[in-house]
Amino acid sequence: MLEITNLVKRYGQNDPVLKGLNLKVEGSSVVSIVGASGAGKSTLLRCINRLVEPTSGSIKLNGHELVNLRGSELRHSRRRIGMVFQGFNLIDRLTVMENVLSGRLGYVSFFQALTRRFPQSDIDRAFSLMERVGIAHYADKRADQLSGGERQRVAVVRALMQEPQILLADEPTASLDPKTSQQIMGLLQSLASEMSLPVLINIHNVTQARMYTDRIVGMRHGQMIFDGEPKDFNQDALDAIYGGIESPEEDGGDPEQQASPAPEATA
Amino acid sequence: MVDHAAKLADRAWSRYDRKEQLTRYAVYLITLMAVVWAVRDIDIFWPWVWDAPNQIQSLGARMWPPEFGQWNAIFSAMLETVHIATLSTMLTIFIALPVSYIAAQNTTPNKVTLWIGRFILVSSRSVNTIIWALLFVAIFGPGVLAGILAVMFRSVGFIGKLMGEAIEEIDRRPVEAMEATGASKFKVVLYAIVPQVMPAFFAIIILRWDINIRESTVLGLVGAGGIGVLLQGSIDLFAWQTVATILLAIVVLVILGEALTSVLRKKVI
Repeated sequence: MLEITNLVKRYGQNDPVLKGLNLKVEGSSVVSIVGASGAGKSTLLRCINRLVEPTSGSIKLNGHELVNLRGSELRHSRRRIGMVFQGFNLIDRLTVMENVLSGRLGYVSFFQALTRRFPQSDIDRAFSLMERVGIAHYADKRADQLSGGERQRVAVVRALMQEPQILLADEPTASLDPKTSQQIMGLLQSLASEMSLPVLINIHNVTQARMYTDRIVGMRHGQMIFDGEPKDFNQDALDAIYGGIESPEEDGGDPEQQASPAPEATA
Repeated sequence: MVDHAAKLADRAWSRYDRKEQLTRYAVYLITLMAVVWAVRDIDIFWPWVWDAPNQIQSLGARMWPPEFGQWNAIFSAMLETVHIATLSTMLTIFIALPVSYIAAQNTTPNKVTLWIGRFILVSSRSVNTIIWALLFVAIFGPGVLAGILAVMFRSVGFIGKLMGEAIEEIDRRPVEAMEATGASKFKVVLYAIVPQVMPAFFAIIILRWDINIRESTVLGLVGAGGIGVLLQGSIDLFAWQTVATILLAIVVLVILGEALTSVLRKKVI
């Protein structure tokens, strides 16, 4: 269970990107987070595995506080949090298998990592997961020889190799074509239920958010302004989150306010 | 009408205004003065310059035909030269890589280490190999060891600087992904940084080996081993025919090195 209480993140002296956010994710639900660029979605996800340092607040994973962890404690917690990125973030010059096994780096010794001598159990797990997502025959190919959808599958398997207690996905389909992105969303959805894993997905595509997730969280200006099931996510909610076309005076002031933290939040 | 004509007259155009023009003339004048000053100050003995063609002819006559009687000694000296280059390049890697790691802005632990790294690189690069060799001959006595150390000390700056730049140019996203798996700093370096700088690493090492072969040929002039020792000895004895052979051998070696490195470069990149 993930429990976020009163999370605040401020970059430098700017307006906070996250303004006292509360979020609770239980069981193996797939939660999509929607919101305009600069709403703080990426920052929220990155605060959970501490790629971004939260300014204040509390993030608890299965009762275990993540904020303020340091050094090896932080690394041990990160092992339990899988992450999938928009740009896949694979290591291009390594093989698919090496990329997949890199998900175990938090568990093996430096020498094992250097000599690529991973425990047999890791290799078995890698093959069974790769077979599950249909990339096992690419094991010895270099990662940069794969197509976008295949690369994202490698990234998903890498995250699952960590034996995570939660999976974070930061716009996992934004670099993919419509058909491939549906496949990846479907994959994330079914993997979540197979492994009873909670999944948090930042997503721009509202249709896909409705189709593939159990719950939608809408963010605007660092605050949660919608939280509910896809069937309740109506036009009003959409307008509230994306600003709507009907409120020009609001549109005039807001983008400027959000423009400065936006590049940092997605960096 | 009058107004119009006046306007046209005002439209005279020149690329530089008066002040810029004066500055340009001043720069020309200063450059000319610097050249005149330098030529007068270095005190060239002109009769020797006019005599140069004769000297070249006579030196050429004394060098011809090359004397191959000492080919055995020359060959082993050449081999020694290559060994100096190879060993020093290899050993340099162990020093240059850690230095490049702390001299790269995105991997260095803190400001102090960054400046230490940069200081090492700059001091290594600002001293020529021959000067390092003079220093090490004074410390360790003449011989191959001084030569190896001299080439190493110069190469650390070269390899370290270029590797540092390669590290600074990596894609940060894999680094982020590896950090997210809970990997320690060294494992992140191993998986996210090392593969990305590998091509640059091989290209730099091959290039430096090539340069080091050429540098090693002159080390002997200050007694730091290699073919240069033999060259200096033959010049001292006025054995010009042997000198000719040595010069030929150096040319052959450099061409061979060039050919080998270009093949290697194609293989690894």
